[in-house]
Amino acid sequence: MRAPRLFRSIAFRIVFIYIAIFAVSAASLVWFTYWNTKRELDAQTDQTIDAEIVGLSEQYQRLGIGGLDDVIMSRSVRGSQGLYLLTDMQHHPIAGNLDGWPAMIYRPNSFIEFNYERRVGGVSTLRRARGRVFTLTGGFQLLVARDIHERHETVRLFSTTLPWSLMLMLFLGVIGGAFMSRNLLTRLDSINQTSRDIMAGDLSRRVPVRGSGDEFDVLATNLNRMLERIERLMRGMREVTDSVAHDLRSPLNRLRNRIDAALRRLPTDSAEYDEIESAAMEVDQLIATFNALLLIAEAEAGLAREAMERIDLRDVVEGIAELYEPLAEEKGLSFELAPSGAAAIAGNKRLVAQALANLVDNAIKYTPEGGKVRVSIDDTPSGVALSVADNGIGIPADDRARVLDRFVRLEASRHSPGTGLGLSLVVAVAKLHDARLDLADNMPGLKATLVFPHDTKRQVPRGSGAAADRSEMNRSI
Amino acid sequence: MRILVVEDDLEAQRYLVNGLKEAGHVVDDAEDGEIGLSLSLSRPYDVAIVDRMLPKMDGLKLVEELRQHGNVTPVLFLSALSEVDDRVKGLKAGGDDYLTKPYAFVELLARLDALMRRRHPAAVKTRLQVGDLDLDLLTRTAKRGDVSIDLQPREFRLLEYLMRHANQVVTRTMLLESVWEYHFDPQTNVIDVHISRLRAKIDKGFETPLLHTVRGAGYMIRARA
Repeated sequence: MRAPRLFRSIAFRIVFIYIAIFAVSAASLVWFTYWNTKRELDAQTDQTIDAEIVGLSEQYQRLGIGGLDDVIMSRSVRGSQGLYLLTDMQHHPIAGNLDGWPAMIYRPNSFIEFNYERRVGGVSTLRRARGRVFTLTGGFQLLVARDIHERHETVRLFSTTLPWSLMLMLFLGVIGGAFMSRNLLTRLDSINQTSRDIMAGDLSRRVPVRGSGDEFDVLATNLNRMLERIERLMRGMREVTDSVAHDLRSPLNRLRNRIDAALRRLPTDSAEYDEIESAAMEVDQLIATFNALLLIAEAEAGLAREAMERIDLRDVVEGIAELYEPLAEEKGLSFELAPSGAAAIAGNKRLVAQALANLVDNAIKYTPEGGKVRVSIDDTPSGVALSVADNGIGIPADDRARVLDRFVRLEASRHSPGTGLGLSLVVAVAKLHDARLDLADNMPGLKATLVFPHDTKRQVPRGSGAAADRSEMNRSI
Repeated sequence: MRILVVEDDLEAQRYLVNGLKEAGHVVDDAEDGEIGLSLSLSRPYDVAIVDRMLPKMDGLKLVEELRQHGNVTPVLFLSALSEVDDRVKGLKAGGDDYLTKPYAFVELLARLDALMRRRHPAAVKTRLQVGDLDLDLLTRTAKRGDVSIDLQPREFRLLEYLMRHANQVVTRTMLLESVWEYHFDPQTNVIDVHISRLRAKIDKGFETPLLHTVRGAGYMIRARA
């Protein structure tokens, strides 16, 4: 399954990445401030403790253990910031305001943090302290510490709140991102919709400009300018083909007229009649070639795109099959139509029908008696595939690319009638429809496949859609 | 029949007019769209042949104007333009048929005949008869004499078209356009095969053939040989 469109949008991803980077930066900043403050405060505490230890050890040297005992007693007011404990070698308390040696990992001459119990008015609370153990001469242990409970609580509160704040920040960021990307998507959608309409043949469409002068407006204006140029070029192209058509058709027309006039004056059983009639046939062949060339030029220039509509390939296949089936039968070929469901493409019905007719015509022409021609439609992931397969002489692999060129006729077909433009027209029609023409070995024979892109998202003209619905109904009745 | 020819290529016009006169029609000619329009509005014609590109007034415009005046004279467009969507434009503008230059004269004559006949349709027919061949359009059945003929749907349409144009030449292109609704050159003559199948069904075993091949033109269904 694909992610919803919103999450695939570039705007959303950019906002999301930005929020993530922002969250990491904010978290690092807060963490650094916390770490630095704690270091400073610890240093202050440690200094005080060190100073006291120095003072107390001087007292001990001067007054002995008894004197130290008195000093500690006088300093150990319950509930004060300073915490003291003097013990003998076996950790038996001698003096101080701590009840017993606290549970801690003892490291000589380094600062440690530990929890201790404090009783005020019969209520005991567990509090945090930081201090240092000092060993006096004679094996006495002196623990000097300070209560840092308030500071510790603040830090704890801070570190439990921080992840939640970050999550809230991300959540708000995602909502903001969704909102912003929806806004961008709406504008991009209008550009995409216009491009699709234009590709479908409506060259007069333009991308809407809001007039706000932002980047999207600049993009829209540039696209519109480009479209205008394309439209002008297409119009020029149309004028060129029209005038070529006109300038060549008029003399050909006069030639055909003269031949017709001559034929009308001759008795049909005379030798001259036959001669002139074959001249007429030559002219008709010339006209056919010219028409095919013109059609190829038009299809390649995309001029026929204006006549694009939604067509059901199945209808085209059934029509052409019905037209050619007797021809195949007369040649002793079996003509097979693979059943298929509705296969809608956007196309020019006339040109698609002509392309299919050319493929079927070729298949019938180059398959010897007793052979088989099979037309099928397959809905593949890459598009709707329309195939004409035969088991005739086929086309050697080396020649397959070449036969698509204009006027190329292989040795095998040299003596059969044809303009040599049949496959070129199929190529041009494929190009016009953004379709692909594959020629493959059918072992033996040729399998020609036109793969049309799926007709999705394209608006269907109301009229033809309704007609399609009707034919669908007729079919199911 | 009175025919108006609006064509600016004078030589083509001359051949067209001569050919039509030889075929027994009364012909007027015009060299540009404006003369063509005023002629077609002032005189009754059975059919007008209008070139698609004309000086002063384009062929499309001419027909549009004509139709706006409520004139329903059948119009056949002649066009030297490229074809893919030009036919559609011509028919939309109010033309009744469309022929691309260069054309064969027999093709033009056959189409004119069809157009003129369309203009005077007999009362809506439910049966078509040619000789002893009888086509019932309601039950979609065909009979020759007492023998009933089994026809495929497309064969029925083919026969119906031929019989509606009985005693008239019908070209292969006309059949492809009217019966199959295709407007392209099918390379091989597929129509001939369909005709010979139909012929086998309606003429085989009967004394007088009804479906005839007209040399260099097309086909015709008629009662007498």
